[in-house]
Amino acid sequence: MNAPIDLNLAQSTCASYGNRPDALLEILHDIQEHKGFVPQADLPVIAKALNLSRADVHGVMSFYHDFRTTKAGTVTVKICRAEACQSMGAMALIDGFLAKRGLKLGDTSDDGQITVEATYCLGNCAMAPAAMVNGKLAGRLNAAKLEKLVAEAGQ
Amino acid sequence: MSVTVWVPKDSAAVSAGAHEIAVGIELIARARGLDVTVKRNGSRGALYLEPLVEVETASGRVAYGPVEANDVESLFDAGFLTGGDHKLAHGQTDEIPYLKNQERLTFARAGLADPVDLDAYEANGGLAGLKKALGMAQGDVVKEVLDSGLRGRGGAGFPAGIKWKTVLDAPGAQKYVACNADEGDSGTFADRMVMEGDPYLLIEGMIIAGVATGATEGYVYIRSEYPDAISAMKAAKAVMEKRGWLGSSVGGSGKVFNLHVRRGAGAYICGEESSMLESLEGKRGIVRAKPPIPALKGLFGQPTVVNNVLTLASVPLILDKGAAAYKNYGMGRSHGTLAFQLAGNIKRGGLVEKAFGVTIRELLEEFGGGTMTGKPFRAAQIGGPLGAYVSEDMLDLPMDYETLAGAGAMVGHGGIVVFDESVDMAKMARFAFDFCAIESCGKCTPCRIGAVRGRETMDKILAGVDVAKNVALVEDLCQVMTDGSLCAMGGLTPMPVLSALKHFPQDFDRAPHAVAAE
Repeated sequence: MNAPIDLNLAQSTCASYGNRPDALLEILHDIQEHKGFVPQADLPVIAKALNLSRADVHGVMSFYHDFRTTKAGTVTVKICRAEACQSMGAMALIDGFLAKRGLKLGDTSDDGQITVEATYCLGNCAMAPAAMVNGKLAGRLNAAKLEKLVAEAGQ
Repeated sequence: MSVTVWVPKDSAAVSAGAHEIAVGIELIARARGLDVTVKRNGSRGALYLEPLVEVETASGRVAYGPVEANDVESLFDAGFLTGGDHKLAHGQTDEIPYLKNQERLTFARAGLADPVDLDAYEANGGLAGLKKALGMAQGDVVKEVLDSGLRGRGGAGFPAGIKWKTVLDAPGAQKYVACNADEGDSGTFADRMVMEGDPYLLIEGMIIAGVATGATEGYVYIRSEYPDAISAMKAAKAVMEKRGWLGSSVGGSGKVFNLHVRRGAGAYICGEESSMLESLEGKRGIVRAKPPIPALKGLFGQPTVVNNVLTLASVPLILDKGAAAYKNYGMGRSHGTLAFQLAGNIKRGGLVEKAFGVTIRELLEEFGGGTMTGKPFRAAQIGGPLGAYVSEDMLDLPMDYETLAGAGAMVGHGGIVVFDESVDMAKMARFAFDFCAIESCGKCTPCRIGAVRGRETMDKILAGVDVAKNVALVEDLCQVMTDGSLCAMGGLTPMPVLSALKHFPQDFDRAPHAVAAE
């Protein structure tokens, strides 16, 4: 968690997109893929490179659900709570999964093991309920299957 | 001779273990000394059978599914490499009624080959539309699309040809094609299946749109929840650039078309066209007021064709076979086919492409086979989270833009989510407000505040507090949101709420003690 913040990455990422302001989402995605989140310290660097205000960059960061300001847990679970998944019991699945860990949606466990987030549709609606565990899509879930996937991802 | 076995790499199939099955088949074949080549295709669309393993035999491709990892050994034992019988056997893939009874135009190639094999794409009829378009005058290409009656498949149903003509006629130094692949509606996955399973089709459609309107730069905005679609589109783009179908001289025609693949970042609102344009410009996905329309002032303020994936993916066939061939499908003013998506609590979920005019019942019962749980059907939501809930007595309505609109519902993007009798429709109405509150861009007050107030009021109804008074308040609030919102997010959130109230009023009639605080 306390690794030195690499400002060069922000700078070089911006440069790789020709410092074009319209590439801001791509830039934030790329930085997050490398660092696991987008550090606050990177925002002024990005703003300068793209000739935007820091407020512009912060505004974009905070608008989109994907971008994180802190590191996620070792395992990130995105559980779908949209209608198709609800029709197959997603709400009970989510409630059970959270209650077992004493977490709320959006929380990261104290030991940094797991982050649980809500998502609204993963495009796997014919195989509901669906979730994404560390970027891997899963379908036809039940509590046992989800626990197994989370355990595998944590190893 | 090596036997070819197809295992889909569509993300839905993979979510049910397709990768493990592909590996398992290779391992067991090797252990048994059998000459097997495992190839990866897109999904055929019968998602209830995924992972659907196909074997190329003397009598055509035969199908087995849904295959689980521990079925692989028994498939070998049953002689599946020569089409042997097995409890998961379905005979020839093309003869599976679910697939055979469809009218596949856009999805004609779905699952036939490796999605990024450009030669296979061309051998199966791909690029024919683009080649024709390159030899035609711009106005003639636009006229072909106009004459086909193709309407926007994203939900609004606006005639695609009129948009294209507006862009063609608009003055502008730089014109753009922006493909909306931010398929955020629950119950929809057709865009994803095009991008993962037949990415060249979408790119071909975008190039045709560019050639027809004079747009030389194309952007496809894909939601980040679809990582496999993003990588398939990037891979397809690279091949088309290498083979000269993208770049400075499309197919040697001297016409320019460059493609950019862009990722969304988890905002549902960016499926709204003006919000998507803002996002493509690197900004917050805040809805723009209209006018000006994007066809005149779109991306970077320039004339822009904004179309959904399925709209653009319908275009190559229209150019290839002609407007009349496409227009002959459908009913009324809804021409052609729609890729319906059967989702949620349904036995045979998947993609069903049919001409407009098919009834909801045919889709849900003949194709879908009823509910997954086997409990009685209660409701279906058609057209995504902003679409109406329909009840049993509405199932004989034909799927057609005007008919559904007349019944207070909408076709939308063609997704149908089924619920059995266990659904609580008052909770679904609350969820519609909840979703709107979470995903509203915040620009207009009716949507930003209305969604929150709606959720609060639904909580009171759920708790049985002053039900009649609060239902009246919800109805009044819905009127304000419908009339006063800037875009469909706030404007259509009332549709699921009011349809639930209208068709399932008993669910709202709650005694004060009926519900514990949730």
